Amino acid sequence: MNGWIDSILQGVMLGAIYALFAAGLSLVFGVMRLVNVAHGDFIVLSAFIALWLQRITGFSSPFLTLILLVPLMFLVGYVLQRVILNPAFGADILRPVLITFGLSVIIQNGLLQGFSADSQKLHGGKLEVASIALPGGLAIGVLPLLTLGVSAAMIGLLQWMLYRTKLGRALRATSADLSTAGLMGVNTSHLFAMAAGIAMVTVAVAGVFTGIRASFDAVSGPDWLIFAFEAVIIGGLGSLWGTLAGGLILGMAQTTGARFSPGWQLLSGHLVFLAILILCPRGLFPRRTE
Amino acid sequence: MTTELKARAIRVKQSSPVSCISAVGAALLVAFLISAPSWIDRGHLSLLVEFFYFLALAQMWNLLAGFAGIISLGQQAFLGLGGYVVFFAAMRMGWNPVAALVLAGVVGGLVAVPGALIVFRLHGAYLAIGTWVVAETFKLAFSEVKSLGAGSGISLLAAVARAVRIGPFSRDTVLYGAALLIALLSIVCSYVLLRSQAGLALTAIRDNEATARSVGVNSLRIKLLVFVGTGFGTALTGALIYLSKLRISPAAAFDINWTSYMIFIVVIGGIGTLEGPIVGTLVFFLLRQYLADLGSWYLIVLGVVAVVVMLKMPSGLWGTFAKNRDISLFPTRRRLFLNADEYADPGKLRA
Repeated sequence: MNGWIDSILQGVMLGAIYALFAAGLSLVFGVMRLVNVAHGDFIVLSAFIALWLQRITGFSSPFLTLILLVPLMFLVGYVLQRVILNPAFGADILRPVLITFGLSVIIQNGLLQGFSADSQKLHGGKLEVASIALPGGLAIGVLPLLTLGVSAAMIGLLQWMLYRTKLGRALRATSADLSTAGLMGVNTSHLFAMAAGIAMVTVAVAGVFTGIRASFDAVSGPDWLIFAFEAVIIGGLGSLWGTLAGGLILGMAQTTGARFSPGWQLLSGHLVFLAILILCPRGLFPRRTE
Repeated sequence: MTTELKARAIRVKQSSPVSCISAVGAALLVAFLISAPSWIDRGHLSLLVEFFYFLALAQMWNLLAGFAGIISLGQQAFLGLGGYVVFFAAMRMGWNPVAALVLAGVVGGLVAVPGALIVFRLHGAYLAIGTWVVAETFKLAFSEVKSLGAGSGISLLAAVARAVRIGPFSRDTVLYGAALLIALLSIVCSYVLLRSQAGLALTAIRDNEATARSVGVNSLRIKLLVFVGTGFGTALTGALIYLSKLRISPAAAFDINWTSYMIFIVVIGGIGTLEGPIVGTLVFFLLRQYLADLGSWYLIVLGVVAVVVMLKMPSGLWGTFAKNRDISLFPTRRRLFLNADEYADPGKLRA
């Protein structure tokens, strides 16, 4: 029995990472109906940049690299959207998908070239092994718990930004009707770039937290994109809190699957995703107004 | 002049003088290619086999994404499935490998039906990643099957590999013939489909799905037809690929790179035209000839070229070339001509 509780608990902790992966994807989809196929590769890229920043600056903790990484990734997202993706934006979904797919291949092979195919890890020091004992011989790591907190806080912040700020109002207006928002004086290409920049901030945070939790290599991106995507779909399109729930459900599906056989970890996650897609195609918590 | 008369004064034409010349050229080229095994050396023959299967894969992806609007990133699911079916049928069921090729295609087509029912619940970019998840599920599921070598894969028995022959034709010749046939079929079937009524519907869906549906096009049925057809063809091609590679493993057979190559070829050549994938495959092989030694730089270059093409000339090399020139080697467009005589003198029509 304890084993099952432990699996579920570990699943929640793993799911917090997936929710972190998915937050940016969910935001961008909600605003632009776009999917950045290179999303996972940007998370890996962030982890590699954090690794490199730590090496050259001598920061003791990888968390400190976020001071530089967050503005850098925001800029990357902003420029990428403004220069490459906005011109390709339109009714035709094909171009943005294929452009970001090309970017994904470029980033993966660029990282292979720059950092080799070796598996890497960020070192979080004592925090990595610290844990809190629970009754019944269970234990929760401090870092996973922190990840869960950060993940929930991130989703909460995005939700607040989208529904309580001027920027959020403009983003929702643009999402609802692009041309009318433009007529009302909203600079839509700047706004889309802002949304992409904010998504990249979540990517930077995800990169650092994941890099400490698990090892990564140049081609980890596609897997991470798929987990992020599954979390978004399970939770329901356009719902940020749904995305958090989707991440947790995916995490739990994987860890309980892994109890049967290690090979079943990823497979059971995919199967739960496909089952949800068949049974309730709009996800578990779809946004009511759609 | 009545509307009826106006309508009769307009003719719809698909062929053009250029397309008639190209038909003759294509026939000569095919005859030339059929004779190739008798005078070409083995190395070049296997290069041609590879060329044909990439052409076939790209042509089918083009039909999916360029015409039916199904941007699939999961075609490797069919490719790998085809490879495994041919290995299983030939080694565990004792089938003749050539017959097993056809079986692989049929299995691919059958699997595409429930596959479509799942992934068609998603749209656009989300469908793209949904298909990828399905392919990943296939990869993980085949990694669990012990009798097919699990994660490390299996090799084709030498006896089975030797059985790939028909009458006097050797293994190399049979594989070459099959690859050529599949490439030709992918072009001919796409061409016939696009010139049919279903093709007109497909083009309408491509240009504006909502409008197409409002005038009575059953878009789901046509998309399903294309998805199942390309599922059949991609599985068949996958079976051929692994019959010539002799070894299969889940990581290689269900590799997203298969679909990456299809995308690069189609995007660079020109999406939504039948000529595009042919031009794209030529460019792809030329680039590979010169850049393959560069390892990951090769893929970076391909990625950059694809991104730049998508941004600066979204209709690809062929589309950009043919634009304003009114050149079409495989005329699928319906062009309207005003019949000048009838237009000028309606009396002629009444007579």
